[in-house]
Amino acid sequence: MRIIQDPKRRDSQALPLYQAAESPQKQKSKGGGGGEEGDAKGEGGQKLAKKGEELKEEMDNLVDEIDAVLEENAEEFVKNYVQRGGE
Amino acid sequence: MAIPSIMGTEIEYGIMVKNDPDFDPISSCVLLVNAYREDPAGEILWDYDQENPLADARGFQVDGEKYTPNQQENIARNKTLINGARYYVDHAHPEYSSPEVTNPRDLVVHEKAGERVLEISRREATSLLPEGATMLVYKNNSDRKGNSYGSHENYLMDRRTSFKQIVEHLLPFFATRQVYCGAGKVGSENRSHPCDYQISQRADFFETEVALDTMVKRPIINTRDEPHADREKYRRLHVIVGDSNMSEYTIYLRNGVTALVLQMIEDGAIHKDLVLRDPVKAIKQVSHDPSCKLELALDNGKKMSAVQLQKEFLDLALSYTSGRENADWVPDILEKWQDALEALERDPMELSEKIDWVIKKAMIEGFMDRKGLDWQASQVSMLDLQYHDSRPDKGLYFMLERQGRALRIVSDEEITAAIHTPPEDTRAYFRGECLRRYPSQVFGVNWDSISFADGDEPIKRVMMAEPLKGSRVHVEELLDSSPSAEQLMKNLRA
Repeated sequence: MRIIQDPKRRDSQALPLYQAAESPQKQKSKGGGGGEEGDAKGEGGQKLAKKGEELKEEMDNLVDEIDAVLEENAEEFVKNYVQRGGE
Repeated sequence: MAIPSIMGTEIEYGIMVKNDPDFDPISSCVLLVNAYREDPAGEILWDYDQENPLADARGFQVDGEKYTPNQQENIARNKTLINGARYYVDHAHPEYSSPEVTNPRDLVVHEKAGERVLEISRREATSLLPEGATMLVYKNNSDRKGNSYGSHENYLMDRRTSFKQIVEHLLPFFATRQVYCGAGKVGSENRSHPCDYQISQRADFFETEVALDTMVKRPIINTRDEPHADREKYRRLHVIVGDSNMSEYTIYLRNGVTALVLQMIEDGAIHKDLVLRDPVKAIKQVSHDPSCKLELALDNGKKMSAVQLQKEFLDLALSYTSGRENADWVPDILEKWQDALEALERDPMELSEKIDWVIKKAMIEGFMDRKGLDWQASQVSMLDLQYHDSRPDKGLYFMLERQGRALRIVSDEEITAAIHTPPEDTRAYFRGECLRRYPSQVFGVNWDSISFADGDEPIKRVMMAEPLKGSRVHVEELLDSSPSAEQLMKNLRA
């Protein structure tokens, strides 16, 4: 029988980027949007304002990250994305 | 009567080559699929003898020519992987069909493993292209110019369930499940009403209720009757109405809820009148209403929103499952389904970490807000497309996932393992293990058969008509005692 390579070793070579992606998931201080966190009704205005600021900062960070990877020449890129119908 | 769940997905990806004026989709697909070198090499045929895509579930055979490529073309276009999946060229798209699994969690693992197979081969294929050209692959369903490609789910069903019942109950279910399964899309196409953003990638393309077609005049219910299993006992429901999802949570919910509703149909547990007056119109109305408030007309004159209609299915599911023995995945699916519907009723944006169309919408709106853009901006269209990009460093879904903005269901370890490992509890195990153990002796494969070549001996085909047989428990000992395919054949006959 042929010798099978250790699949785990192969994986880590084949997928460096996913491995990087996996490393410390940001424990984010969530500002809203999620139902589970239960934005308590009685929260004071101050706390809400703080939350609002956190949210804004988070959004700024997100937009920066998107800017760093978003394809350039979006208009042309999107125009050139033409597929044949499938299935 | 309800049978144990067996499911799988077939995903067609969008493909393009950046900086290549001579881009040809078909040759790019062939390059992509053949660039995948992770598996032991072997020239293995896809066994088209076993296929009959022209059989209609309503009980007739449709005229048409069956596609059978010559041997060389067959090998160039088809790869069967040691994880039990099929990776191949379908018309002008690369397609990944997951191995058969028994539950929605394993489905997530294997659909996600498929994304990585595509990404591994995309990277390899790019290295073979001229300097400066980059192959790109998108897990979406439309180029937003009127061309759509599919994301199909398959569910094994009891053949005794009448197709008429399936159609009656599934039309309202499929027209509305997009509220928690949609992948989201900027704008509309295929002559549907203009809009800024809609819930589903695919809704614009559905033109009829029930039919065999998948490429033109697409139906909400597809009637392809090709069980890939014992056709006396089973049918395979070929679901073409769904979107390609990125979010694990969404994939999990999509397949789990649908499998449960199908079991209820098999057991005759849907006894409410939920028939829509015009399902084809409704599927578009629902998609074009991200507030999820719009009321749909039922055939009996009542009106109900998509969420309310789904809640009717949920109520039926809760009473169906209470006091009976359920598969272990059922309670969690019920809980998440209920949570999603309740959130949709309050404010759909609460699902901004769980459901694709909401995750994407929140990302785009945040970006638009900061940049002062409107929905017509080309950057907004780019965000939509790039959400589905398979590259972990460029794909926006993967970026959000990395930031903890998209909830996970499974781990990276499970996904990477599934690239090389079949599910253990279906016949995919036997298929994958045969390919791993006897790569040079496997001659041809189909979902329900595998054939072996041994020198000048006639080809021997092993039939696998029972999807739950061929599991690790069934065949590991047999395989371990068969160092070669010849020995396997002998042992099988013994």
